[in-house]
Amino acid sequence: MNHIKLFTLLVCVAVFAPTACGGGPTPNPPPGKGRVRVAAAADLNAALGALVAQFRASHQVDVSVSYGSSGMFYTQLLNGAPFDVFLSADVEYPRQLAARGLTIPDQEFTYAVGRLVLWTRASSPANFVRDGLRSAADSAVTHVAVANPEHAPYGRAAMAALQAAGVADRVRPKLVYGESVAQAMQFVQSGAAEVGIVALSLAVAPGLENQGRWTEIPPTLYPRMEQGGTILRWAVDVESAKGFRAYLLGTEARALLKQYGFSTPGT
Amino acid sequence: MDWAALWLSVRLATTTTLVLLAIGIPIAYWIVFSTRRWKFLVEAVVALPLVLPPTVLGFYVLMAIGPLSPLGRAYSSLVGHGLPFTFEGLLIASVLYSLPFAVQPFSAEFASVDRRLLEASFSLGVSRLTTFRRVVLPLSVRGLVTGVVLSFAHTLGEFGVVLMVGGNLPGVTRTVSISIYDSVQSLDYAAASRTSLLLLMLSFIILASTYALQRSVWIRARR
Repeated sequence: MNHIKLFTLLVCVAVFAPTACGGGPTPNPPPGKGRVRVAAAADLNAALGALVAQFRASHQVDVSVSYGSSGMFYTQLLNGAPFDVFLSADVEYPRQLAARGLTIPDQEFTYAVGRLVLWTRASSPANFVRDGLRSAADSAVTHVAVANPEHAPYGRAAMAALQAAGVADRVRPKLVYGESVAQAMQFVQSGAAEVGIVALSLAVAPGLENQGRWTEIPPTLYPRMEQGGTILRWAVDVESAKGFRAYLLGTEARALLKQYGFSTPGT
Repeated sequence: MDWAALWLSVRLATTTTLVLLAIGIPIAYWIVFSTRRWKFLVEAVVALPLVLPPTVLGFYVLMAIGPLSPLGRAYSSLVGHGLPFTFEGLLIASVLYSLPFAVQPFSAEFASVDRRLLEASFSLGVSRLTTFRRVVLPLSVRGLVTGVVLSFAHTLGEFGVVLMVGGNLPGVTRTVSISIYDSVQSLDYAAASRTSLLLLMLSFIILASTYALQRSVWIRARR
């Protein structure tokens, strides 16, 4: 008897809890309106959290973000992945999506410019940071982590910077390739590589800022890393998506982006 | 076509399988025949790689073999270079990753050997080791073959672990699955498809010929 009661109770809880016991306001807005689904490049991880919080507070729009590599998102978006806004780590992917007619026309925008740093653990010799890129050629350094230059913009920029600094030939045998700039960072963080050429946005990210030391690589050494975005053709709430785009290009968002290690377009 | 990556994967899978054969058989034997009460703990640890996400496993392996861990430091002072981003490092990760795929079929087969045969052997004064070699092993061929093939196939297709500890070095740690992933990331779908197709065919041939072989072994045993 008791067992039956308990069982009934459990079934009730499992089946009706979301509606009957919900009480307060519904946690999820009805699908579609008031919601923006963002596919974002992994280097935005820290910055976008703050941006979304600010945007949500002032616009009453719910923003859900998925982080990943831009190339992966590009492939998924070619196949109709359910996102409204795409924030790429470069400007090429949004352009190609536009060329294939998968975006809302004339909505491409440049929202940030990536910055490159040489990063090393707090416990490594002081001269690594002082010497900048030359330290990658230092004999005490056996591994230099970069993002894979075949598909990661930060990897391409790192290679260009090494070339411009005239150490590419000496550093090439030491290079190890992370699948993304975040993984390159992981290689250095774990001590497996002594130095890494990574994104400033990662170096200043909460939780990492005290683990290592870094020096910025002069922007003159590598091609400008503009990060572009676009709104997808199948965006459900186009007005909210456009609102988010406008916010990203506004002064408040630009200040936050700077704080999280990006330059902003036009500077 | 990335032949270097394919060849590396085949080498890695072969070496991993050999290591697993060497350490998997004693572990499986111990799991089956030990009378320790806490052996379920060992069984659980062996099965962990089935549950853990490969990237998590890979990250822990990277931490464990890196220069910040005692193990990593001991290795690099012995050999002169560290384990991360080397074939040996990849081998350690692969052995851990494929451990359950060898140990579980082995132990299942050992456990199914009729205990009366073992007791008969013991009562004739034959040692445990000889009994294992001449009674248990010959009766466990199927399980051994299954374990070997599964370990090989599992290592051949391994991705997350290699991604985490490898560093994507051509000819050293860029395995075939990483190479395919790179092609997809670089939007070179044609190259990705070619390599994938080759991997698919190779895997199918290996699995099909194993099952064919097993079948004939089985039929002969029945007769």
